[in-house]
This record gives sequence, C-alpha cells and structure tokens, in this order.
Amino acid sequence: MSLLSDLINLNLSESTEKIIAEYIWVGGSGMDVRSKARTLPGPVDDPAKLPKWNYDGSSTDQAPGDDSEVILYPQAIFKDPFRRGNNILVICDVYTPAGEPLPTNKRYDAAKIFSHPDVVAEVPWYGIEQEYTLLQKDVNWPLGWPLGGFPGPQGPYYCGVGADKAYGRDIVDAHYKACVYAGINISGINGEVMPGQWEFQVGPSVGISAGDEVWAARYILERITELAGAVVSFDPKPIPGDWNGAGAHTNYSTKSMREEGGYEVIKKAIEKLGLRHKEHIAAYGKGNERRLTGRHETADINTFSWGVANRGSSVRVGRDTEKNGKGYFEDRRPASNMDPYVVTSMIAETTILRKP
Amino acid sequence: MSLISDLVNLNISGSTEKVIAEYIWVGGSGMDMRSKARTLSGPVKDPSNLPKWNYDGSSTGQAPGQDSEVILYPQAIFRDPFRGGNNILVMCDAYTPAGEPIPTNKRHKAAKIFSNPDVVAEEPWYGIEQEYTLLQKDVQWPIGWPIGGFPGPQGPYYCGIGANKAFGRDIVDAHYKACLYAGINISGINGEVMPGQWEFQVGPSVGISAADELWVARYILERITEIAGVVLSFDPKPIQGDWNGAGAHTNYSTKSMRNDGGYEVIKKAITKLEKRHKEHIAAYGDGNERRLTGKHETADMNTFIWGVANRGASIRVGRDTEKAGKGYFEDRRPASNMDPYVVTSMIAETTILWKP
Repeated sequence: MSLLSDLINLNLSESTEKIIAEYIWVGGSGMDVRSKARTLPGPVDDPAKLPKWNYDGSSTDQAPGDDSEVILYPQAIFKDPFRRGNNILVICDVYTPAGEPLPTNKRYDAAKIFSHPDVVAEVPWYGIEQEYTLLQKDVNWPLGWPLGGFPGPQGPYYCGVGADKAYGRDIVDAHYKACVYAGINISGINGEVMPGQWEFQVGPSVGISAGDEVWAARYILERITELAGAVVSFDPKPIPGDWNGAGAHTNYSTKSMREEGGYEVIKKAIEKLGLRHKEHIAAYGKGNERRLTGRHETADINTFSWGVANRGSSVRVGRDTEKNGKGYFEDRRPASNMDPYVVTSMIAETTILRKP
Repeated sequence: MSLISDLVNLNISGSTEKVIAEYIWVGGSGMDMRSKARTLSGPVKDPSNLPKWNYDGSSTGQAPGQDSEVILYPQAIFRDPFRGGNNILVMCDAYTPAGEPIPTNKRHKAAKIFSNPDVVAEEPWYGIEQEYTLLQKDVQWPIGWPIGGFPGPQGPYYCGIGANKAFGRDIVDAHYKACLYAGINISGINGEVMPGQWEFQVGPSVGISAADELWVARYILERITEIAGVVLSFDPKPIQGDWNGAGAHTNYSTKSMRNDGGYEVIKKAITKLEKRHKEHIAAYGDGNERRLTGKHETADMNTFIWGVANRGASIRVGRDTEKAGKGYFEDRRPASNMDPYVVTSMIAETTILWKP
C-alpha cells in the first residue's frame, strides 16, 4: 500500500504550476455532501477568481433528468489537507442555469441576512460545537461497542482516555490538524458523554463564514472517516435509551453584547428567541424531538428556558458572561444535523432584525 | 491507515503559528483522567500565560447539571509527544466558579504544604516508582496470560526478556521516550515480578512537581495503551493469590537528610511516620488492604516496620544511605492507585511540619 500512498502524497508543485481544486456542495437531502475535482492552471486564493462549474443534479436529487445541469458558484477556499501543496478545497452553493438558487441552497438566504447593514454593524460571532457519532462500517453500530450488546453506562467516557473509554481518537486528532492546516477556525475537540461520540468546535467566526467553515469541517471529517473505514453519523439521537444525543450548540454574540452593558442586550435577545421558539425549532434539524427530551442535558422541545450554567436549558449563559456583564450565550437547541447557514442566519435575524 | 497517520503527524508549524493545548485533569473518582484540547494563537511556555478553561463537571461526577461549570487552572506544561511541534500538554486542577478548589482537587492543599517556608527550606525530593498492570481489552485479564488459565509461577518475569516472559514492552518503551520528549523526569523502567506488570520511575523531582509529573506520565501511559488497544490498570492487587500486587513506592529526602548527619534526621523522620501510620495508610490508596498482606514483598497493613535493605518493611533504607550516613529512604506503603499530591505532601507535612 505504500506505493499508492507515495503517489497520493506526490508533491506536484515541483513539476508543474497546475493545482487541483475540489469543489464541494450540499446535495438534495440537505445533509449529503458531494464533491468533484478539476485542474486549474495555477494557484488561486480568491473565490471570485475561480470559475463557476456545474454538475449532474439529477444524480443528487436536485434536478430532473431532462434538465439536469446545476451550477456551482465558488464561495470559500480552504487548503486541501489531503492533497496539500497549493491544492484547494472550494465550498460552493448551487443555482439553476438561470441564476436562481435551488431550493436546497440555504447559503443564499443566509448571505442576504448577513449583508443587511444592521447585521453587518453588529459583527455577529459564532462558535459552533459540532457533535457526531462514529459507527462501525456495515453494521451501523457505534465504534468500540460490542456487536449485539452495549458498553458500560455513561460516566467514564466524557473527555476519557484509554482503550476502554475512547474510541476513534486517531480520526479526531487527524481531523483537528487537517482543519488547522486547511485554515478552518477549529477551536478545540473533546470526547463526548456517549462512547464513540466526539465533538469539535469551529469559531469564533464572523457571519456567513461560520456556515462555510462548518461545512468544510464536516467534509474533511467524512473524508477522514472514509480513510479509517468508519462511518460518521450526524443523527441527533443515534441510540435510543439512556444514551446522550448529538447536538450542534451554537454560541453567539454581537458587538453590543460584547461591550459594556452587553448582558442587558443578551437578555433582550434571549427574550426575542423565546417568542419565536417554534419557528427556530422547526429549522434546527430533523429528528430533534428524539433528542430534546428534557433529559441527557437537553431542554424539552416544547419548552423554552434559559439559565446561567444550566445545561438542562434551551439557552445557557456562561458564568463568565454573567460576572463580566457582557459576553455571549449558547443556543443548545440545534441538532447535530442542523444546517449552519440556516441556524446562524436565523439567530441573527431574530435577535437583530426582528421587532417583537 | 497510513494516510490517517500522515494527518495525525502533520506538522502544522509549517502553515500556522497556532498551537494545540491538551488540558488534563483528574475526574470525580480521583483516578479517572480526562482531557480535551483547544487551539491557542501561538506557543506558550509559562502556565500562568495560559487561559483558564472550564468543563462540564456534571459529566465527570464533579458538579450538578443545573450548575455544571468547573474551572480548570493550568499548573504545568509539558511537550505533547502525540502532536509534536509546539503543541503542549497542560496539567490542571479544578475549582468552582467562585474560586474554591472542588473536593476532588488534591493539588490545592498539597501546594499550600509545599509553599510553607519550612518545607521550602528543606527542598523535598521525591522519586516515585509507579507500578501498573496491562490487561487485554474486553476480557480484563493480564496481557500475555492465556484466557481461562494462568502463566507459570512468578520467577522468570522480573526484568525478563523473551516472548514468553515480557508482555507489552512496546508500550513501555514508547512511554519511556514519550515522557522524556515531554520533559518529564522519568528516571527508568523495568519489568515487574508478575507477568504483564511493569514499573516506571519519575524523579528526583522537587515538591509539587513530583506529582504533576507523575499524573502526566500516567496520562501519557493511558494514551499509549489506548493506541495499543490494551487496558491500563492501577489496581493494587489485580489478581488474587500468589501474584504480586502493584505499588507506588515513594522515595524521599530533604536537604538535611542529604547533608552530613542526615542519617539521624532520617531516623527521626521515620519515627514521626510511625506515629501517624494509620493516617498515612488511610490516604495511601483504595484497596491497599488486598495488597499489604505481609507477603509478596510488602509489610502487613496494620504493622509499621522499617529496616535497611528490607523489602518486607513499611519503610526501607538503602545500604548506601546507611553506609554514607546520609541519603534518602523509601516509603513502600503507597498503592499504585495513590494520589501523588496527597502522598508527597503528607510525607513532607508529617516529617517537616508535624510535632508529635
């Protein structure tokens, strides 16, 4: 296998100016990530200089067979941790040939919200805590779990160490460095409460880049699990019963919240979120009702609550923020399979643009 | 899998100033190690320049769910042998948001003892001999032992070599170099009397650093066994019957003991330890009564004996020390699962501060 690795790791920069660009987009289900690659004549660091491209939307449930072209608009560039050199990953969104965003293109509406002057002025920051579960291939049972049975109950696994407590760390550590290399703002990782479950955090990122970076990080993660022969699941409650679900807690602040008097701004924002609880929940990920039960560090899906340091509430404010009178808050409602373009822009819209 | 290793071993210093810091702490049982990582903007050498952090104490048995934040105070930095580059391991202790050490935080009290001027003046040195047993995953039986049976009786295994005598040397050797790389004062390793059992020694280290180093060495060991797919046990008597237990003999000296006339100081110190035998034993590790039987190179738990070159004693003084009239002594009572903050500070407190 080492001759294949030698070829995969070949440093082309020595023999050519050409680079490879992997165009990435979200497919028809809203959670399936797709990609394909093309050769470019030289290095590019500005998405505006990359050519638009197209793909067969009838193969991703995004277009009919007799009119199948879907156009890819490049939106963000990251360094490719797999091909390295000057090769790049390109996050794209999808349009009809006439220039209309497809129904599954959630980035388009988000970009409009994030370019609204009132939102721009508030410089919204996001820190997204993406949880996920690693599954054994073919059996869809979590990594490290005995087939036909269960591991010992939750307790030892959160941030745990050891062959009987941490399953899949090589994937997690490879992902951490790959994202740092790619230029994603990955701020940390930790083992989660359910064995085989992990979390990485992206942020603080401003506006639309939070969504771009989370999608790029998800793509890199799934490419790495592919190498490892494991399957990544973003299901919000992969195992029913006394096992934690998987969320995508979204930490948020605006300029006003980060400055003196910010705590009052935060409280007003949380009130506005409380008034639109149903609308947010509907957009926070499919299957979330299996996860938001009021147990396992969640708040019940039908109730909106908030509290300082309270992991059982819908929105949690950290003790530091309370103490300093300014800071940020954590929306704990989004599921692991949420679309970050939708969640980040909706929080900005509700808290900055909406009048109660 | 080598493509994953390429990513795990990626040298990110080539593309960024950023550094990954793995924060390590002791969980609610007093023996479970936990860790999670965060990205820092650049290299850090001084723990006081590292940010405090927090974790979910309700997931480690250290806080209730509705008030779950526990604060991590960085105390010691070591180089990260897994991530390489400028990445670091950070040994922390745990506090409430109000700044009180939580009940399982044994370092706080030890630090107070070690900063007492009388203790500082005596420059206490520690050399800790950490024994441990390696177990096969899933069956919890020592590595190298036949499933459903036993190896031949003890005799050939102590410092032994060969596939029928030494089980797991790759873990031990990887650990030795990893600790040296990390900057831990690891002074040696050896195969132990029971097959599948090993020992490493940390020291001589001064004051509180002995325990910081031992905890990080334990962490590195468990990370390595995780990679090897083997389970690490610090149980003081893992196998009942005619098989040795596992201890953490603690070698100790003060400035006065190391200078001329030191042997008299040593004898006085041993007398004080004898008077507090019950208190020390209570703090020297759970389950020690299964190990300190008076057989297998231990002294009976209820008796205090000391002697020169006597491995059946509670405290052993080496022949070199007796001959030179100065040196150090070995407290053989602590179990492998002792907390080094407790043991090292208690020995200093009893011998330097306590008046009988």
